[in-house]
Amino acid sequence: MLAILDYKAGNQTSVLRALNHLGVPAAITDDPAVLRAAEGIVFPGVGSAGQAMDLLSSSGLGEVLKEAAATGQPVLGICLGCQILLERSEEHDTKTLGILKGECRLFPQGLKQPDGTPAPVPHMGWNTLSFKREDPLFEGVSKDAQFYFVHSYYTAPDESLVIATTDYGMEFCSAYGREGLWAVQFHPEKSGRYGLMILRNFYRYCKGAGHAV
Amino acid sequence: MLSKRVIPCLDVRNGKLTKGVKFANNVDIGDPVESARKYYEEGADEIVFYDITASAENRGIFIDVVERVASTIFIPFSVGGGISSVADMRQVLLAGAEKISINSAAVKNPRLISEGADAFGSQAVVVGMDVLQVEKSERIPSGYEVVIHGGRKPMGLDAIEWARTCQKLGAGELCINSIDADGAKTGYELNLTRLIVDAVTIPVIASGGAGSPQHMVDAVTVAGASAALIASIVHYGEYTIRECKEYMAAHGAPVRLDW
Repeated sequence: MLAILDYKAGNQTSVLRALNHLGVPAAITDDPAVLRAAEGIVFPGVGSAGQAMDLLSSSGLGEVLKEAAATGQPVLGICLGCQILLERSEEHDTKTLGILKGECRLFPQGLKQPDGTPAPVPHMGWNTLSFKREDPLFEGVSKDAQFYFVHSYYTAPDESLVIATTDYGMEFCSAYGREGLWAVQFHPEKSGRYGLMILRNFYRYCKGAGHAV
Repeated sequence: MLSKRVIPCLDVRNGKLTKGVKFANNVDIGDPVESARKYYEEGADEIVFYDITASAENRGIFIDVVERVASTIFIPFSVGGGISSVADMRQVLLAGAEKISINSAAVKNPRLISEGADAFGSQAVVVGMDVLQVEKSERIPSGYEVVIHGGRKPMGLDAIEWARTCQKLGAGELCINSIDADGAKTGYELNLTRLIVDAVTIPVIASGGAGSPQHMVDAVTVAGASAALIASIVHYGEYTIRECKEYMAAHGAPVRLDW
């Protein structure tokens, strides 16, 4: 079973609906025991880094995530969940989980899209990925696939972690991680068939990793 | 780069899909959940649902439609019609919509925009505006006036000014519907759309008047809109969404073609 981490700041039900559609057993939970016993953890999020960190600290759920990363329990961070796996966010200068090396920055003002038109912030809509390396999370995903983004901050993780980048007036990291610990800036649960493919790949990895206790 | 979006709009009345011309003569043409699935599979980038009855007693039927849509399609969708409070917004967002769209209610109570943006983030708040071309005047310097109640009531409010106000209050997106062009299939009101695109920095959706894929190209290139809203050209099978998008791609509009 996949556990969708519930910290009252996200789009957990959209992720649950997508997993249900795929026939993947999943539950939304804030119970540390359920999270620890899951085959993998999906860590979604919409909202601000500060609020999310407050909730993660006060509930102890941040520790559960750190533990998961340390023990190799698979984790998939989505959107805000992707951003706060890093050490720090420029959003109200927030210290974040620090599970992976890097930080989260605000898009600069005055960005232009490739056709010369202004690139407003938030970056919202469908955009492509440019892959830096092969990764099992993206197995079967076409190079022309597009994904749905909604965000004002972008992640700048350690170079070695970058899986894919996206162009929005500047090149930013849109997927990063290492085997078993992935983070995607876009919303796979709202990115059509290719988004669902990523969720299925994650579940398949979790089954293979056999973390369940 | 960011794609231009193609957004089919589904008007829902008593849980059934319906389409009228100039807000009149609505006929029921099918099941909104099935249409949503079809458009999702055909490559729609987003879908908009308007509850055009929005009477209290039928609200439950509509929320049920929203929930079924959310379990059927895995792209963003927004919901409008009958939303006049933060509680109404929460109800449709919890039912699975990505965004809410407010129109007359925002004109009557602009604070609703900021309350929605504060509660759910600007990205969740789309302000729709129905616009009628009028004589230029001191009150309406652009010659475009905001109207409400499906185009029946002029508000003495300049559309360009209102667009700026909406952005200031926290709207994440604007959907500009020309009452003059709506349902006529002679093309979007490009001049109006361009004026608003140039007046704000948030994304603008062109609405009303799409009769061919070329009109959609014009909306996102000539007028600079971020998205083109369409209805009858796909509802009656004249074009598929794939045909529209392939035409757009071949005529200089970046769109998502692989799904």
